[in-house]
Amino acid sequence: MSMVFGVPLAVLSGQLMIGIINGAFYALLSLGLAVIFGLLKIINFAHGAMYMLGALVTVVLFDLLSVNYWVALFVAPVLVGAFGLLIEYFLLRRIAGQDHIYSLLLTFGAALIIQGVLTNIYGVSGLRYSMPDMFKGGINLGFMFLPYYRAWVIVVALLVCFGTWFIIEKTKLGSYLRAGTEDSQLMQGFGINAPLLVSLTYGFGVMLAAFAGVLAAPIYSITPVMGSNILIVVFAVVVIGGMGSIGGAIITGILMGVIEGLTKTFYPPASSAVIFLVMVVVLMIRPTGLFGKEA
Amino acid sequence: MINMKKSFLAMILSAVIVSDAQAEISDDIVKIGYLADMSGTYRDLVGPNGLAALEMAVDDFGGKVGMADIQIVSADDRNSPDVASSTVRRWLENEDVDMVAGFVASSVSLAAIEVIKENNKLGIVSGSIASSITNEHCSPNHIHYVYDTYPLAVGTARAVVEEGGESWFILTVDYSGGHELEAAVSSVVEASGGEVIKTLRHPFPTPDFSSFILQAQASGADVVALANTGADAINAINTAGEFGLTQSGQKLAALLLFLTEVHSLGVETAQGIQLTTGWYWDMNPEARAWADRFFEKTGVRPTMVHAGIYSSTIHYLNAVEATGSDDSQIVRTQMINTPINDMFATNGRIRQDGRMVYDMYLAQVKTPEESQGEWDLYKIVRTIPAEEAFRPLSNSVCPLVTDNR
Repeated sequence: MSMVFGVPLAVLSGQLMIGIINGAFYALLSLGLAVIFGLLKIINFAHGAMYMLGALVTVVLFDLLSVNYWVALFVAPVLVGAFGLLIEYFLLRRIAGQDHIYSLLLTFGAALIIQGVLTNIYGVSGLRYSMPDMFKGGINLGFMFLPYYRAWVIVVALLVCFGTWFIIEKTKLGSYLRAGTEDSQLMQGFGINAPLLVSLTYGFGVMLAAFAGVLAAPIYSITPVMGSNILIVVFAVVVIGGMGSIGGAIITGILMGVIEGLTKTFYPPASSAVIFLVMVVVLMIRPTGLFGKEA
Repeated sequence: MINMKKSFLAMILSAVIVSDAQAEISDDIVKIGYLADMSGTYRDLVGPNGLAALEMAVDDFGGKVGMADIQIVSADDRNSPDVASSTVRRWLENEDVDMVAGFVASSVSLAAIEVIKENNKLGIVSGSIASSITNEHCSPNHIHYVYDTYPLAVGTARAVVEEGGESWFILTVDYSGGHELEAAVSSVVEASGGEVIKTLRHPFPTPDFSSFILQAQASGADVVALANTGADAINAINTAGEFGLTQSGQKLAALLLFLTEVHSLGVETAQGIQLTTGWYWDMNPEARAWADRFFEKTGVRPTMVHAGIYSSTIHYLNAVEATGSDDSQIVRTQMINTPINDMFATNGRIRQDGRMVYDMYLAQVKTPEESQGEWDLYKIVRTIPAEEAFRPLSNSVCPLVTDNR
């Protein structure tokens, strides 16, 4: 068998595949952050909590109302998105225009409260959510066993990422969004309701996080703290991609998934640090990130 | 002759010291501090429900030992050794706490027992894994109840090797407790005729195990052992199921699983996994009766740590009652001299090094067909006798033991 740095090629191919799957997750999560920061200049530290809520709502809907996975895939993001609208309307709106640090502290505090309350109710051992029957099993690719569900995650995550990028960068609605957040007074003058656009954008970013949460529900341990574990990594991805760059967040997400996957193969103990190492190097060479616009 | 004289003198001296060391309860209050992770990763297996178990023990004493009131204070250690040592110091130095119970993260316990020793009080560690707590870090001021790495390795690893699992791949969480467990398991595997072909250390916490499970599959080992716990173990077991690890003929061994984690996984996913436990709520009528009371109070079934906290507190309060003292050395000696047979332990006793040894059990998670209810999770496969389960004193490096050899 051919070897690459002492690792069989088959194993390496498997790890690349895993890297892309995890990267798709990172892309989806960092995309929401990038949308919220890019358009609203809000540093959303509640993003991890929204991801967690997406997963938790999926489980609760199933336990209480037997809502199945496919319905949850739409309903959970809508419910969590609506919750995001409330946060935007009652909290974030009051600090609009202030320094970034205010939105960071506010959303961080909100996340801690949400997490703490839910920990008291659900504990930390993790809730159970069964894999939908049609995704049980997998396919043998020769170099690895690919569970059907992971294949689905790649496909759907990339579709959603591309769709979001397309809407924001290529459509008329997207141009309103970008213009409205650039100069809201001018937009108001053209008869467009800018505050509504801001609310909806925040709600949409939150929906993306919740959507990732639903995707995570069948494969990860669902606990109130699951979001805080992944949030910092996702922030690093956004910073590497260039704060606010939509396309940058997607590409960097996948790239970081792959780099992390390779580190898990060659030197596992460093796998939780490697993304931050990349971040340091990138910031030294390009302070605005890989795809960030020059300030 | 000289020896006899010496020992006679020692006897008189110790009698004087003992009678001098306040054979009374200081300020007429027995104050117990409960320190544990109340909000983080280890919340469910010890946490607030451990405090409930402690309160049950105090209630069973009617809130009093003799004439003295029993008081409880509690704190969240946030899994931080710094928080733990400053809290314990405040309790012991300013708030007259006599005994500290609970403890989960080994790093927290190791930091706190130093402070307890400095103040010559008593600590009863129930939730920690490190066997070094009563080995190189032993002291005359603490006791280690419930379990440590040694019985986990002896119980699970030996059983799995005997069933034909010869080559091992160990996936270890990258902190000291994980390393210690990995070392203990490796030596048991090799002593039982097996071989560890690879060990791999994963960061704490790891949300996604697919990469590691893939490597475990590629290793071709008979057994994939998980030297981790909590969300890490749950994620790893789930991912192993998803990637068809056991279908392809490999065996999954979880070295430290608590009831709350198996409950979270469910019998569908966890069925057949073998694990070592000190106690199971449904293992005998006495355990069941206590677990029912616990369920009434908390709404969940207790883990072995919850039961251990209750048992050790009762044992402590009995010792305080019998000696009429809350002096750490008098009480500890009494606890060592009294065997433990209760709803928790069979053939239990506390050794000189502070290790509580008792019969442990090899359990297997039931299949969905066998399980009659939400918490009907284990069947006991084998009893591991106390002498076999714990590190023998002949291998101990604890000065309390080696100085008397």
